[in-house]
Amino acid sequence: MSKVIPIHPMDDFKERSRSVLNNPGQRKNFRGAMDFLQAKRRAQFPDVDELEGLRDLGSAIRRYSLANLPRLLEQLEAKLTANGVQVHWAQTPDEANAIALGIAQRVKAKHIIKGKSMVSEEIEFNHAMEAAGIEAFESDMGEYIVQLAGEKPSHIIMPAIHKTKQDIARLFAQEVPGVAYTEDVDALIQIGRRVLRRKFADADIGLSGVNFAVAETGTLCLVENEGNGRMCTTVPRVHIAITGIEKVVEKLEHVPPLYSLLARSATGQSVTTYFNLISGPRKPNELDGPDEVHLILLDNGRTQAYADLDLRATLQCIRCGACMNHCPVYARIGGHAYGTTYPGPIGAIISPHMLGLESTYPLAFASTLCGACAEVCPVKIPIPDILVRLRNEAMAEPESEDATLRGSGAGRTNTGSAVWSVWAQVYGRLGLYRLASWFMSRGRALSPTEQGAWTRSRTPLIPAAKRLRDLVKDRNP
Amino acid sequence: MSQSQRSASSARDAILGRLRSASAAQNAPALPDVGGWYDEHTTHESQSERIARLRAAMQAVKTEFHDTTEADWPAVLLRVAAAKGIRNLLIGNDTPHGAVLQALLPANLELVRYTEPIAQWRDTLFDHIDAAFTSARSAIADIGSVVLWPTPAEPRLMSLVPHIHFVLLDVTTIHPNLHSAMRAEGWSRGLPTNALLIGGPSKTADIQQTLAYGAHGPRELVVLLRHGAGGAA
Repeated sequence: MSKVIPIHPMDDFKERSRSVLNNPGQRKNFRGAMDFLQAKRRAQFPDVDELEGLRDLGSAIRRYSLANLPRLLEQLEAKLTANGVQVHWAQTPDEANAIALGIAQRVKAKHIIKGKSMVSEEIEFNHAMEAAGIEAFESDMGEYIVQLAGEKPSHIIMPAIHKTKQDIARLFAQEVPGVAYTEDVDALIQIGRRVLRRKFADADIGLSGVNFAVAETGTLCLVENEGNGRMCTTVPRVHIAITGIEKVVEKLEHVPPLYSLLARSATGQSVTTYFNLISGPRKPNELDGPDEVHLILLDNGRTQAYADLDLRATLQCIRCGACMNHCPVYARIGGHAYGTTYPGPIGAIISPHMLGLESTYPLAFASTLCGACAEVCPVKIPIPDILVRLRNEAMAEPESEDATLRGSGAGRTNTGSAVWSVWAQVYGRLGLYRLASWFMSRGRALSPTEQGAWTRSRTPLIPAAKRLRDLVKDRNP
Repeated sequence: MSQSQRSASSARDAILGRLRSASAAQNAPALPDVGGWYDEHTTHESQSERIARLRAAMQAVKTEFHDTTEADWPAVLLRVAAAKGIRNLLIGNDTPHGAVLQALLPANLELVRYTEPIAQWRDTLFDHIDAAFTSARSAIADIGSVVLWPTPAEPRLMSLVPHIHFVLLDVTTIHPNLHSAMRAEGWSRGLPTNALLIGGPSKTADIQQTLAYGAHGPRELVVLLRHGAGGAA
C-alpha cells in the first residue's frame, strides 16, 4: 500500500527547495498554516513575564535533566522494571527495529497500530516491519493521511500540513473503499474514525512515542488530542513505546511546566485533550490495558550531541515545533524539502548527529540566523549559535581539533579553502590589503558577470570605484 | 537468545558509557524549584471562582456541564441521556454511583456493567455501546481537565471507546493547577497503571487546521458537577 520514499539524501536539498518555491499552491498552504499557528501560540501567552518565567523554568528543568542524564536513565530503567515494564536499549535504528521485531515475532503479531511517534519515523519503523511481513498502520489522523498518500510527514506536530482538504477528499475517495468525494472536514474525520476503530480493535501491538519519561515514578507521559494514543496504549495486548534517551526528567513535578510549554507552544492550546500517564502493564485484577509494556531507549547519535557542552543544548528539545512555525525558511520551503525526519531549525541542528554532517550540513546554511526560533523556543535552545557552530564544523579541516563530529569538514572544497586562505593572508596584512583593494577598485571592469550561486538570483558584485579609505581621504583633505 | 541479551546489555553499557565520559556541564543548574514557581503563580480564589475557571476552560473545547446535587444527579443523568437518544450506558462494576443508577431501574436505558476482561467483549464495546459513565478523581481549573485514575471497577476504556462519556465530579475536588493536584494528592508516591487528564471530547485539527470533534475517542464529554449539600451552586 505505502510506497517507499527514501529520506535524507542531501544532494538535492537545493533542488527540492527551488521546486517548492516555484509552487504557489504549496507556498500558500504553508504560509497560511504558519500564520495560523503563530497567532494561536501568541494568544496563549498574553503575559510576557509569565512566559519568560516559564521558559526559564522549562529550560532549567531540561538542562538539569541532561546534566544528570546517565543517573536518571538508570533510575528510570530500575523504576520501570519494578513496575513491570521491559526496558530495551538501542544504539542505532537497526537495533531498535530488531528489538521491536523480536517482540512482534514472539507474540506472533500481524498488525501493529501506531500512535504518533517521530522516533518511529526516524528509524523507518514501518518499512522494517513491512519487510518482515507485519503491517504497521498509522492512527494519528495526519499520519494516516500521509501514509495513505505514500508520503512522509512535513511537520512534526501537523504531519499533513502540506495538504488541503481538497487533496485529502480526493485521496480518501481514491484509496478508502466505499467512500464518495467530500470536502466536509467533519465527514472526512468520521471516515478516518470508522476505518481506524477496526484497526484498533484488531491490532496485536500498539506503538507509541513518549513525550516525557519520569524517573522517580517510572512513568511514560503521552500528550495528544485525538485519543488514538490512548487507543494504541490500551487496546492491543502489547504496547511498545519508543523514545530518544534525552526525554527523561527526574521528578513528576517537572512535568507540569514542560507540559504547559509544550501544549501552548505547539498548537496554541492551553492543554491537550488527553494527558496520558502510563506506569505499567495491566495488573492481574484489571480488565483492560496491555499485558506487556516495553520501552525502547534510542541513542542514534544523541550521545554525540551530548558529548559537546555547546551542542548538548540540542537535546533540551521537547518537540513542540514552534521553531519551524516561526522560521522564515521553513515557511517558504516546507518540511519535505529538508529531506530529514525532523525539518526546520530543530531538524537542522539534530539531524547531523543522526545522519552525519556529510549528508546534512547544507541545512545549517539554509538559515538567515534571524533568531526567531530561539526567541520562541520554550526551553531556550540557542539554535542560531548551534547553526553557526555546525557551519564551522562542516568547513573545519578534517582531523584538526576543530573537527569533532561525524562528517566534520564535509563542506570543504579545494576552491573554497584556497579562496579563504588567500583572503586570510590579505586581511591579515595591512600593506597587502591596501594593494589588493587598490587593484580591485581600478580593475572593477574585469569583474566576472557569472559569480556562481550569487548571480543565480542577484546582480553581480562589483567593487566600488573608490575604496572607503579614498572616500575618507577626499572628505578630510 | 543469549546472543541478543549480550548485544542488548552491550548497547546499554555503550550508551551509558558514552554519556558518563562526557564532560560535566560547568553551570549545570541545581534541582529547579518548581514548587516555588507554582506557589508564586497559583491563583487564590473562592470555590465558585475555581469552578467557573474549570467550566470556562472545558466549555471552550465543547465539554457540556450540568449542575447537580447529591440528590438529583441520577435524574439529571437520565434526562440528559434520554435527550441524546442513548440506548445503553456502560457503568463500572460495583461502584457506589453505578449502584445508585441500577437501583433506579431506568426504563429506556440499558445499563451494561464492565465485568469481563476486554478480550472477551471487545467487539461489543467498540460496536454497540453508546455511552459510558465514570467518576472523576478530581479536576484541574487552570488547564480545564478532569483527572481519572481508572481502577478494576472503572477500567481505562470506559472513558475512551463509547461515543459519549459522562463523568461525575465533586466540586470539592477541583485543584487550581496540575502541580497543586500532584502535590495535594501525593502522585509521586505512587501512580496507578494509567492516570489520565481529560480536557474535552476527542478532537483533531489535522485537516487544513480545521477543528473537528470526535476523532478517535468520545464525541461528547458531559460533566455532572455534583455540589455538596451546603455547597454553592
